[in-house]
Amino acid sequence: MPNPTRIEINCETGVESIIELTDAEVAELTYQAELAAEKKAEEDAKAEADAVAKAALLDRLGITADEAKLLLA
Amino acid sequence: MPNTFELIASVTVPSGGQAAIDFTSIPNTYTDLCLQLSLRNSRSGQVIQEGLITFNGSTSGYSERILRGSGSAAISSSGSGANFSLNGFPAGSSTASTFGSANLYIPNYAGSSNKSASAEFITENNATEAYAYMNALLWSNTAAITSISISAGATYTWVQHSTAYLYGVKNA
Repeated sequence: MPNPTRIEINCETGVESIIELTDAEVAELTYQAELAAEKKAEEDAKAEADAVAKAALLDRLGITADEAKLLLA
Repeated sequence: MPNTFELIASVTVPSGGQAAIDFTSIPNTYTDLCLQLSLRNSRSGQVIQEGLITFNGSTSGYSERILRGSGSAAISSSGSGANFSLNGFPAGSSTASTFGSANLYIPNYAGSSNKSASAEFITENNATEAYAYMNALLWSNTAAITSISISAGATYTWVQHSTAYLYGVKNA
């Protein structure tokens, strides 16, 4: 099975080319894509943890999110 | 003299998709570069998926700070690595035929100092989950930027009709 391809445009000549990725490029890009997916998962986990902490704090204070906005306005 | 935008080159992804879009032999006759992207990733089971951007084929010196809003929460984060990971293009689980819009601005791209850039992009999804990103980017490399690669990750592709437009800015 052939490797995926990339589209390359030479800005000086305007020539477009379709080029098959090398095995090394495939391996590197696959690895980098996995790293990026891990980063997205970390962002999601942080967002969820922040939301949980915020809800717990509001609960401790006994106020709603709208009331907290009023206090900070 | 007013700033001027000139189209250097553009690409529309053909049928079958492409794993990456590469601009090469970028002329050094402008002061800034502006990259306008409309992309969708082929990955199934994901609402959004990253785009990996590299300059001059380099795989080092990239760092970024990120602000992300999801509609229900906002977070900030930072990172560094082998590329700029712009993590917000619609993928297989986003509404069909929607594309994310991104704007990458690179001032002084042909200069001899490290290269800063900014990026802003939004996903498009006719559902609750959607994202907006703002990124401050730094490529710690003093070489003039002569090529830009926008990769979908080798296992995935930018789907047909995805587009990339590279503009040169004069007199910025």
